[in-house]
Amino acid sequence: MKGGWLKIYALAYLLFLYAPIALLPVFAFNDGTIIAFPLRGFTLEWFAELGRIEALHGAVLNSLVIAVSTAVLATVLGICAARSAARYDYPGKRGVMGFIMLPLVLPEIIVAVSLLVVLLQLGLSLGAWSVILGHVLICTPFSIAILNSAFQNLDRSLEEAAVDLGETPWSTFRLITLPLVMPGIISSLLISFTISLDEFIIAFFLTGAEPTLPVYLWGQLRFPQKIPVVMALGTILVALSILLLTTAEYFRRRGVARAGGKDTGGFL
Amino acid sequence: MRLAQKIGRMRRTDAASGILLVSPTALYAILLLAAPLATIFAFSFWTQDYLTIDRSWTLANYRTAISEPIYGQLMLRSLWISGAVTASTVVLAFPIAYFVSFHVPPARKSLWIFLITIPFWTSYLIRVFLWKVILGYNGVLNSTLLGLGIIDAPLTFILYNANAVVITLAHAFAPFAILPIFVALEKIDRALLEASRDLGETRVTTFLRVTLPLAMPGVVAAVLIVFIPTIGDYVTPRLVGGPDGLMIANMIQTQFLQLNNAPMGATLAVLAMFIVTLVALIFVGLNRRFLRRQQ
Repeated sequence: MKGGWLKIYALAYLLFLYAPIALLPVFAFNDGTIIAFPLRGFTLEWFAELGRIEALHGAVLNSLVIAVSTAVLATVLGICAARSAARYDYPGKRGVMGFIMLPLVLPEIIVAVSLLVVLLQLGLSLGAWSVILGHVLICTPFSIAILNSAFQNLDRSLEEAAVDLGETPWSTFRLITLPLVMPGIISSLLISFTISLDEFIIAFFLTGAEPTLPVYLWGQLRFPQKIPVVMALGTILVALSILLLTTAEYFRRRGVARAGGKDTGGFL
Repeated sequence: MRLAQKIGRMRRTDAASGILLVSPTALYAILLLAAPLATIFAFSFWTQDYLTIDRSWTLANYRTAISEPIYGQLMLRSLWISGAVTASTVVLAFPIAYFVSFHVPPARKSLWIFLITIPFWTSYLIRVFLWKVILGYNGVLNSTLLGLGIIDAPLTFILYNANAVVITLAHAFAPFAILPIFVALEKIDRALLEASRDLGETRVTTFLRVTLPLAMPGVVAAVLIVFIPTIGDYVTPRLVGGPDGLMIANMIQTQFLQLNNAPMGATLAVLAMFIVTLVALIFVGLNRRFLRRQQ
């Protein structure tokens, strides 16, 4: 059975994909400072410890501000680009869109160092705002990719009907277009938020004196005695990401259903 | 007056509306991507004299990059590691994409794709660190194998070297490889496969002569989308690579943040980008006939 062997392979592959994440909670609840088997016993100590680290709270707050700002800005820029790509034709469209999508394949370290050099040359001091600038740059392509399908599934005759019935272009957009692409927008906000919250390299170069959560984590990884606390934090982060992604996926599917498309998980 | 009319007409055309609408995003990309990339390019021809930048144009950095063996070595190793990561990721990913596209019922496909992408979205830093936990001397893998009596002494060839970097990156980039191949496979008209079987081809020859060539655009996309970013990876070599697993991005970081030699860092960044682009173009060129057939 060809399909049978493939299925076994696919399940083994999923195991490989999930192995590292599955280990997180195992060590987060393990009562021992050394991250190795055999396990010692159950403890909630590492989670309690999280509540007592002041520097961590600052980093979390900083990351949240950055992630929310990034999500909003990247989605607004994504709406502009995706709408123009789906609805209009103009000379040089492929080139412009290709360039906007470039950060998707550009190594992040290139984005990070080039922004760093420019900001330092301009004599600006680094901070949360410079991380936001970098994160918007790398999140916008993801936002466009999500919104593209939302705008392309949109039935143009609905908008034309609204205009014929006397709505202005703006009120048409607000009353017809926006509600129809709303699931795409929410899913883009959530994905951008998740990317920004998790991004390390750009934040590492551009964060200045106030670290983001991943930058703080990076500093902790050097101290073996801090590792169990990192595991506890990681467990919370993973749970949070899965929650956010499931929500994003729910909205994406609802969007597909609302636009009348058939969802096969692909791009047929 | 005529001009105002002309502008008025322009505004109503589709092209103008499209350009107007895309301009905020395009402007953002120009200001924060094109301008910084141009600056890095300019920097690579300048030199640093302690704290001041000497803006006279020179090829000195490029000469250093070529003559000092350390840079060439790091570049070669980065290419070698990225190549190994790309090959293993794409080869391992293809059967998964094939399985989901051909053997999973349509209603469950999005669930499978979702399951495959979830690990990719969870903290990159922590995932890389966990590989260190798995592959380490006292790590999960070694303690399990020792406990089961399969090995007598911990395996040491799997951490703090290039192997560890390849394993970790192959894990991190798995969805990047699976998704484009899956999309390409989904586009294949299933009637072509039936036709091939009707004409007497076996399962294997149908796969080799119909499915694989039609999936090649996806494979090429997967190769590029894995190969290009891995060259610039910084975290993985630093955490699991050890001294022999460091890559060019680590050197770029050292130049910028520790040695305070931004021009040299810029030169290495430009060279890395140039070499990656060259390799990517050669690869696309070699697969031209598959890509053209798709049109």
